[in-house]
Amino acid sequence: MSDAILTATGITRRFGGITAVDGVDLHVAEGEFLSVIGPNGAGKTTLFNLISGQDRMDGGKVTLEGRDITNLSPHKMAEIGVARTFQHGRVFGNLTVMDNVLIGCHVRLKAARSRVPVIGPVLELGKALIQPRAVREEEEAMREEARAIIATFGERLAPRIDNPTYSLSYANRRRVEIARALALHPRILILDEPTAGMNESETAEMQEIIAGLKASGRTILLIEHKLNMVMQLSDRVMAMDDGKVISHGTPTEVRNDPKVIEAYLGHSSIGGARPAARDSAEPQEIITVGPAQGRIGRTGGAEA
Amino acid sequence: MESLSSLMAMPWLDYSISGLVIGSIYALMAVGLALIFGVANLINFAHGAVFTVGAYIGWTCLVGIGLPLGVTIVVVAAVSGAAGALIEWLAIRPLNRQSRIAPLLATIGVALVLDQIIHIVFSPTPRALSANIPDWRLQIGNGTIGAIDITIALTAILSAAALYAFLFRTKLGMAVRATAQDDDAAKQMGVNINAVNMTVFGIAGALGGIAGLLVGLYYNSIDPNASFQMMLKGMVAIVIGGMANVPGAIGGGLILGLIESWGIGLFGASYRNLFAFVVLLVMLLFRPNGIFSRGKERPAEPMTGTFVTQTKAVTLPKPLIWVLIGIAVILPMANMPYITQVMTNAYLYGLAALALTLVSGTVGLVSIGHAALVAIGAYASALLTTKGLPVSLGIVIGGAAAALLGTALAYPAFRLRGHYVAIGTLALGEIVSLVILNWEGVTNGALGVFAIPPLEIFGFPLYGTKASYWFVLALMLLMAGLQVRLLKSHLGRTWKAIREDTVAAETYGVASNYYKGLAFGFAGFTAGIAGAVTAHQWSFINYDSFNLLFSVLILTMAILGGLGNVSGAILGAILVAALPEMFRTLAEYRMLFYGAALIILIRFRPQGLLGSG
Repeated sequence: MSDAILTATGITRRFGGITAVDGVDLHVAEGEFLSVIGPNGAGKTTLFNLISGQDRMDGGKVTLEGRDITNLSPHKMAEIGVARTFQHGRVFGNLTVMDNVLIGCHVRLKAARSRVPVIGPVLELGKALIQPRAVREEEEAMREEARAIIATFGERLAPRIDNPTYSLSYANRRRVEIARALALHPRILILDEPTAGMNESETAEMQEIIAGLKASGRTILLIEHKLNMVMQLSDRVMAMDDGKVISHGTPTEVRNDPKVIEAYLGHSSIGGARPAARDSAEPQEIITVGPAQGRIGRTGGAEA
Repeated sequence: MESLSSLMAMPWLDYSISGLVIGSIYALMAVGLALIFGVANLINFAHGAVFTVGAYIGWTCLVGIGLPLGVTIVVVAAVSGAAGALIEWLAIRPLNRQSRIAPLLATIGVALVLDQIIHIVFSPTPRALSANIPDWRLQIGNGTIGAIDITIALTAILSAAALYAFLFRTKLGMAVRATAQDDDAAKQMGVNINAVNMTVFGIAGALGGIAGLLVGLYYNSIDPNASFQMMLKGMVAIVIGGMANVPGAIGGGLILGLIESWGIGLFGASYRNLFAFVVLLVMLLFRPNGIFSRGKERPAEPMTGTFVTQTKAVTLPKPLIWVLIGIAVILPMANMPYITQVMTNAYLYGLAALALTLVSGTVGLVSIGHAALVAIGAYASALLTTKGLPVSLGIVIGGAAAALLGTALAYPAFRLRGHYVAIGTLALGEIVSLVILNWEGVTNGALGVFAIPPLEIFGFPLYGTKASYWFVLALMLLMAGLQVRLLKSHLGRTWKAIREDTVAAETYGVASNYYKGLAFGFAGFTAGIAGAVTAHQWSFINYDSFNLLFSVLILTMAILGGLGNVSGAILGAILVAALPEMFRTLAEYRMLFYGAALIILIRFRPQGLLGSG
């Protein structure tokens, strides 16, 4: 595992008497696509919150490219290249699409990065007031780049670039979130249910975009309930239940693991009784057992 | 050792008894606030005004009509209860669908209106209140306890018992408790939320009114200007007890009473209010869930404190702005010195409002302690220039002092959210004012600073009405221009991102405390020079020149114009500061005007006249 870009060991988080994440190990190699699946309340989002610094872990260690990043504050995480999107979507409603994406550029902005102690703040204010040529050029370059990122979403976002994001559709807001994450030039991109609440065609479109990101060699961690998508995109899949990793391996291995089926359906007798028959089964077979097409166990409940 | 023995010899038992008696009155105030916070998620700033209503109804019954005390208590409870319910019905219920900070601001408006009505009906001077309570005192150990103490404690205990019976023995009480736990679920189970809210405001009003009467009896006098202070005491008590925790509020009230009483014994009465605010700040920073909460709870989802609605701001066309500036420049030529003076004053408010609209609108930290920044600037410049520093230098130093000191003071409040920011900044404002009052060696204490040199720049005097008008106008336009420039830079979007969603902003690398600090620094500078220039204009300032009312006034201006909106802040300042002066009758009932303006504004145009930016 020496090639792992991100390594997490023994991640643990307790809320009162409940252990939401219980000694989870996880590693992602450069350019790898790892998906985490599991029923609602399995601890997936909590795990991602811990890895990206939104929450503090009670035990465990996270390293990025060998550097210890355990319990760093979220903005430090962003500075070293961890970008994430949120399960329920958190765009800045009163900011335009452009400004939302530009916030993603914030960590790379020289005008915002006066490293001089004491007078640093005065310098930053001064630069913002005077707008010297270097600052203006940097801003224009960032805008140019933001436009390019927004253009990857085709006609969805480009015509609305100067609209405030509160006026956008739900699916478009999720797209803005991903654009904002890409603007950070992340070493690792963490996507928390990027297609939650999307209809089939929107999901397909989003899947295409994520496949494009994968093809461009990005390292991606994904939480997703739509198993179709997970199976098609992932290099590896990790299944969680009750705060623990219950299965781990290639998409096919995890899909056929009786423990995973039990975790989703509550008891093993439905899918798990005939594991032998699974080999020839289409991935859809598990999926059609679920309550909605293309999904398993999704009840739409919050699990933040 | 001698100091220790003299400490031991102090009448601690007496202090403790009076602390518990006053504490039981605070507890009555706090219980009402806690109930309201529980069901309506709201800190009711009008609670102090209801307290004062109770005090004056009590005076009317006891002194005016001559009713016995028992009947008086019942009448006070009934009338102030009705006042509380009326507040809910008129000011709170219509704001059901608005941001959570909206009802809080509306209750500030209600407080102003009620206070002014009491001033109009009963005159603004305190009056005596006595109720033929026997004058005997009982010796206990080395302390004494009087009939008045027992009366107050008994009334408080009986009120608490009645409340307990209501909450746990009646169906409506159960509905109240259910609503406090989860109002949506209660609604689905058929609970009439409006009735519950009204009931709770009514009960809180009745308890607050009784507290008003009891305080009057204890001190033998009632003061129409005590509303805000008493409301703040109740608020401190619920912060100690844990916001919506009713038994906690009682405990918090008693603890606050004891701390105050012992503190006064040790340090003297002029520090009375300081203890409460220091306790408040310490609690907010270290135990925001109150001292009775178990362990460290996960912080609740932010009670989004922003008042910025999702609407597009009105952008004034450039030519119009130049025309307006042109009119402003030639205004003094009309030779109407009164108007010129009023407008100069309005521009000074405009400077302060620019600063507040940046902090509260753009960054989303709703501040009710803005006067502190202005006061720091005013005092810095006034004290230095009376010792010989040139005025122009004093103004700049005043701005810098407010920027640095203001940011440093506000820094601990940066981790607070929503309503807690409002409470925290309020406490900061009061603490600055109390430090100015008590730090006599530097600030001249209650006497204030007088003979402050008039305005001049680099030796050129600006004594005349016109000259100072142009100077203040230029200063305001300069600061407004700089602020617009900042908002157009990366700072503008970064500040707004923090306001919209601090967690998401942090996740994208925005160190929110640092950027809040930058905003406070720039805003502090603007507010500081506003204070400094004001000091030189007035030639006299004291600790009360920039008080809570001043803070509320600036906030009203910023909301009126549209929070975060630069031209809106100036427009708001001109309307609020200048209009009452132009119409004499309005000036007489200024607080009524401000309060009503705030209520109506929040109800009908929360985004302000020009929209929030």
